[in-house]
Amino acid sequence: MAYFEYQNIFTQVQVQGDPEVGMDDQGTLARERTSGATFSVLAGWLGNAQLGPIYLGYAGLVSLATGAAWFMIVGFNMLSHVDWSIPEFIRQLFWLSLEPPGPEHGLSMPPLNDGGWYIIASFFLLISVMSWWLRTFMLAVEHQMGKHIAWAFLAAIWLFLVLGLFRPILMGSWSEAVPYGIFPHLDWTTAFSIRYGNLYYNPFHCLSVVFLYGSVLLFAMHGATILAVTRYGGDRELEQIIDRGTASERAGLFWRWTMGFNATMEGIHRWAWWFAVLTPITGGIGILLTGTVVDNWFIWAQEHNFAPDYLEPYGYEAYGSYEDFGGVTRGEE
Amino acid sequence: MFPKWFDKWNDDNPTNIFGPAIAVGAVGGAVFVAALIVAFGQPYATAGMQTGPRGTGMHVQEFESDLAAGDPTVIDFYTDEPFVPEEGEELAGDIYENVQVLGDLTDANFNRLMGAITQWVAPEEGCTYCHANAADGEYADDDLYTKVVARNMLLMTRNINVNWDAHVNANYEVGVTCYTCHRGQPVPNNVWFRISPVNENAEGWSANQNRATMASNFTSLPSDYLEHYLLEAEEGGYNMIAVHDLDSRVQQMPGDPLIQQTERTYGFMNYIANSLGVNCVFCHNSRAFYDGGQNTPQWGTASLGIIMVQEMIAEYLLPLEEVYPENRLGPVYGDAPLAACRTCHQGYQQPLNGLNVIANWPELNVIDGPPDYSAWEEADAN
Repeated sequence: MAYFEYQNIFTQVQVQGDPEVGMDDQGTLARERTSGATFSVLAGWLGNAQLGPIYLGYAGLVSLATGAAWFMIVGFNMLSHVDWSIPEFIRQLFWLSLEPPGPEHGLSMPPLNDGGWYIIASFFLLISVMSWWLRTFMLAVEHQMGKHIAWAFLAAIWLFLVLGLFRPILMGSWSEAVPYGIFPHLDWTTAFSIRYGNLYYNPFHCLSVVFLYGSVLLFAMHGATILAVTRYGGDRELEQIIDRGTASERAGLFWRWTMGFNATMEGIHRWAWWFAVLTPITGGIGILLTGTVVDNWFIWAQEHNFAPDYLEPYGYEAYGSYEDFGGVTRGEE
Repeated sequence: MFPKWFDKWNDDNPTNIFGPAIAVGAVGGAVFVAALIVAFGQPYATAGMQTGPRGTGMHVQEFESDLAAGDPTVIDFYTDEPFVPEEGEELAGDIYENVQVLGDLTDANFNRLMGAITQWVAPEEGCTYCHANAADGEYADDDLYTKVVARNMLLMTRNINVNWDAHVNANYEVGVTCYTCHRGQPVPNNVWFRISPVNENAEGWSANQNRATMASNFTSLPSDYLEHYLLEAEEGGYNMIAVHDLDSRVQQMPGDPLIQQTERTYGFMNYIANSLGVNCVFCHNSRAFYDGGQNTPQWGTASLGIIMVQEMIAEYLLPLEEVYPENRLGPVYGDAPLAACRTCHQGYQQPLNGLNVIANWPELNVIDGPPDYSAWEEADAN
């Protein structure tokens, strides 16, 4: 793939020829890489039309194997909960769950049908996620890249570990971990917020939300800016970083004149990276403090004077009547 | 077809009309729809009931068409004014055999109430639904279980009207009669049975949740909240519904409610909200569910209702388990059908839209002794 190939979402021209198989300048890189490659017109509409070869390495293989073990344990537990009925499994799929053990089991190993499988599945998931992280790190080493992707992934893993490992241990009970189910993990999220007095009053939750929405905004601003200066070569961001041209000048001026400040062609990627990694880092801190350090965030907020008081009355009688909202006309008082 | 000059002009001035046509059509269509809505009003208009201070988002929202329609069973409620007893009039207990509850009623009011009960509970089945030999003029026997149940239900209805006045007449006189639950059906809708555990091959918290059941209101929350909170606990008393810590930092004790208990409470609260056709903020300020200072008066009414249902189940409904035939018992445990919020409310803030059902039925508004007919005595005197 020559560097001057222009690839875009909804590319109208697709060139397909001999697949590009990647470098193997040390004679060892290709060992753990699949050999075949195919082309997909569909993939080509959205990005590069070439699919493969893929590098897995031993870490990737371990990750896939243990991840599959986790997936199967969760799936077969769900299937057993509906007494091995496939139609019922499909019907109830979004409701079913592999649930952590009950609070009475603490940090001990519970019976298999009361959270034991959850502990085993979580063990496999832990190995799977950590070895996938190792794979991203080793791949970066082989390509002699910086480790930015691995560290960013580790930020997400921090939140994952807080939810499933660090916080349950601090709370002294695996029952605090998140269930493996579509609706059940959402129930967990709501119950977690309600039980600990409303997570919206947790300042680290606030920070996490700021960085999450901030990431979305930065991503949109950056993407739009680069697309807007592509006609001046702005899409060649690396060249623009070391040799600033009119594209960077225009993009910078646009934002400076819009809001008084502009990022640089290199710095915008640091902004985006930090906003992204700070989302799970601050979120994880907030989760870790909940139930361990602070048990009721709303009362904590009142103590720190940022939960407002409302002086108007509670109850609909102060604002209207049931007769005006579907009630039949009142009899005697 | 067209004149020559027209075809020539078109040939000389080729124009893409499809691009603009789509834009003009879309904008024109939107303007047309907007004009219709302005002229004829919003077809799916909603109305809101504010339930708390501005800025808290506390309100209940309904379609105006639903509000206008109301509870469809209101119209079928049978009611009839009582006959004021004459001095020294003979009482049902003296006239008929085996009248255990309504013996203090005069003959006219006794038969008036019997007729009403038939209308409320078994309009299609008629007298023979409870009185097996009614066709032969024989009403005294207790051959049918339905009569034994009905006798118990009369006691329950009287208890609710007299002793739970603060719940059923919280806003103004509404009361309950047989119709409040039965709505013309021998077995009321929305009775409940024990069904937990709902999952196979599982124990504990893995077994009582994560299934779409009617009991869970088709959520994945626990399906056992009604039996957990409304039935007496094994160690006596009733289980705690509240799960919160009332201080910002507390020492957690073993057995304190955590995530799982919160989900069960959430399931129960969701049941109450669904039963009344309201949402969380009808009773709570959702920013601090636990805080009594930010609850509405309706929270107090609902809390009394929970205790009322607990008493109702323990004293009137559970003892009937031996009376029912097998086909009236629960599918899993063969337990007696029980009542809770939805059995009366049936999706409305107040049962039957707050219709005063007790007004004409002082016979159901007394624990024992003769009913109070003074309201009608005055009317007669005038």
